[in-house]
Amino acid sequence: MSKRAHTRRGRASRIPVLRVGLFGLVVALLLALPASGFGKSEAPASAQKSELAVFSWWTGGGEAHGLAALIKIWNKQHPNTPFKNETVAGGAGSNAKAVLAQRLAAHKPPDSFQGHAGAELQDYIKAGQLEPIDFIYKKYKFDKIMPKQLIQQITYKGHLYSVPVNIHRANILWYNPSVLRKAGISGAPKTWPAFIAALKKAKAAGVIPLASAEEWTQKHLLETVMIATIGPSGWASLWKKGGNWSSDGVKTALNRYKELLTYTNSDNASLTWQDASKLVADGKAAFNVMGDWADGYFRVDLKKKPGTGYNWTAVPGTNGVYDWLSDSFTLPKGAPHRAAAVQWLAFLGSKKAQDTFNPLKGSIPARKDANPRLYDTYLKWALKQWKSDKLAGSLTHGVVASNAWNADIDSAIGLFLQNKNVSQLQSALVAAAKKRAT
Amino acid sequence: MRKIRRWGPGLLLVSPSIVLIAVFVYGLIGWNVKVSLSDWREANHTTGWAGLAAYRELRSDPVWSENVHHILLFTATFIVGALLVGLVLAFLLEKGVRGEGFFRSVYLFPMAISFIAAGVVWRWLMNPAPGDRASGLNVIFDKLGLGSSQWYLDSHYGMAAMAMPAIWALGGYIMALYLAGFRGVPEELREAARMDGATELRVYRHVVFPHLRPVTLGALIILGHISIKVFDLIVAIGGKQLITQVPAVYMWIQIYDARDYAKGAAIATILLIGISVLIIPYLIYTIRSERNA
Repeated sequence: MSKRAHTRRGRASRIPVLRVGLFGLVVALLLALPASGFGKSEAPASAQKSELAVFSWWTGGGEAHGLAALIKIWNKQHPNTPFKNETVAGGAGSNAKAVLAQRLAAHKPPDSFQGHAGAELQDYIKAGQLEPIDFIYKKYKFDKIMPKQLIQQITYKGHLYSVPVNIHRANILWYNPSVLRKAGISGAPKTWPAFIAALKKAKAAGVIPLASAEEWTQKHLLETVMIATIGPSGWASLWKKGGNWSSDGVKTALNRYKELLTYTNSDNASLTWQDASKLVADGKAAFNVMGDWADGYFRVDLKKKPGTGYNWTAVPGTNGVYDWLSDSFTLPKGAPHRAAAVQWLAFLGSKKAQDTFNPLKGSIPARKDANPRLYDTYLKWALKQWKSDKLAGSLTHGVVASNAWNADIDSAIGLFLQNKNVSQLQSALVAAAKKRAT
Repeated sequence: MRKIRRWGPGLLLVSPSIVLIAVFVYGLIGWNVKVSLSDWREANHTTGWAGLAAYRELRSDPVWSENVHHILLFTATFIVGALLVGLVLAFLLEKGVRGEGFFRSVYLFPMAISFIAAGVVWRWLMNPAPGDRASGLNVIFDKLGLGSSQWYLDSHYGMAAMAMPAIWALGGYIMALYLAGFRGVPEELREAARMDGATELRVYRHVVFPHLRPVTLGALIILGHISIKVFDLIVAIGGKQLITQVPAVYMWIQIYDARDYAKGAAIATILLIGISVLIIPYLIYTIRSERNA
């Protein structure tokens, strides 16, 4: 009995093994399929039904509200091309950019994607992934209604590649008025010596003189110090081929930056920009340099009153200079619904879209004809400045330098924050410019 | 025919994984090495040959040497720390505590938590803020009068502090390995030693610990390869900053931020070689000892 049972079990077990083997093979083939097959069969199917697929990293806060408002208008105006929102979450778009790079490499672009206006788009342009859109600017007169300097600064080799939706300003010095009063600082400093004197007083009063945060905010700070020291035209010349990074002006700026660092909090690398802004709002710090997205954080998140709970001025030495950055949208080559994408870009440049989006996002329109009544205290001030100020493109936020150049500068600043060696920082910056300027 | 019947089904069973591994693991490793030797230094895909240019660039790159310094300190602290914690915990449990199962689970649980989640908690625990803004461990330090620590932001020993969450996460796992090792030592051997008049200390030194050598080696390999590849923990705690940067983070920056694919691939290749240096001798050792057994 036992012997027979044994043999039967033996035969029975062999067949399942064969079956399992076949089954495994089939499963493996099925698993391997989506990588190759599905993508191809999907594309034509979606092309038949018209829609507008837009890729962005606007997933939270005012920017998500702004985008939602735009989508609402778009869908009302274009009932036959519904908006397909392809957002990817993640800090400052770093995840989204990785996803986008893969999609573009696989020749499956969205109809339009978000990118910082300026040199950050160079990678896409050089790789032949973007279509020039000068014709949209001409047809809708964007080149007339947006500041001339802006158009110049986002033109790459004679062509325009994106439509700026909003403008943010990077060179803002935020401060806590009551902390300044207690420390005996009479008003916001306008000049560099006054700034240093104010920082000294704040230090003596036992607060953090200048709240600062993680590495990218250090680059942001350095950028404003450099613009303050060498001026907007000197700044612009640095980003052209042969820009003089070894000048005394740059050296002075770097030394100023080094001096500023002695007034910052020791735990800065563990803080986000919001943490640093909060130190000012809570009265634990006197000053903070951050872009004007901090205004929304002070006003909406921390519920502080502009003027009394927090206040602002241009970073000392940069009065009359708008250190700008902008979110913009592009026209990828091979966009599945190109006609819809062109309409979308035309829509984004319109007064209606810009005046809808920006009050919610907390930025100002790139157009000069915005309706000031729609904007809050800070933004009203910013609108006025935008019309008269000289423009300087932001380094940290993608306007003046390509991604590769930015990464080199990140490394140089990272090393500097550890060894505080100005001449080493300057020679690293010189080397980066030599390698990356085009 | 009969022979095929014997190994055919088995081969059929494993062939999908052989094919998939050949393509998606070894094929891609080969492709990665090829990219690292190419001149693909920007978003635009180029396929020219550049030899070891990217590797040579790394050698003179101050950021890279900083990275290497970081990962070495992290790895040393992590491995020694996790082995010690695991050994001590296993030793205590092995001595027979009440509710051993409970403690075993408690110590093992941290391993089930992803490095990202653990990192978020430890970022708060290791908050380097001084004075009235302190939180986490610095509060305890302050209360004990030990002053506050810069933790992972310390310019010299920051990466040793960074290893603490990793030790916390994997110490329990090493404990489980050692506990199994302890249990594998036959009771008769210990008794024989005691009969010969060995003190308890000597029993451990000469009888039990020698039996744990294979466990230690295995643990070393597991910890070593986790450590060299570490990415998520670092990003969750330190972000993308040079002060806590390790090669895997630098690789990410080179590929997705700077779009320097050759350099990124070169870093990946160096990481792979670093891990192979650990793993290959171990594999040879295991295969040999299995053959002998």
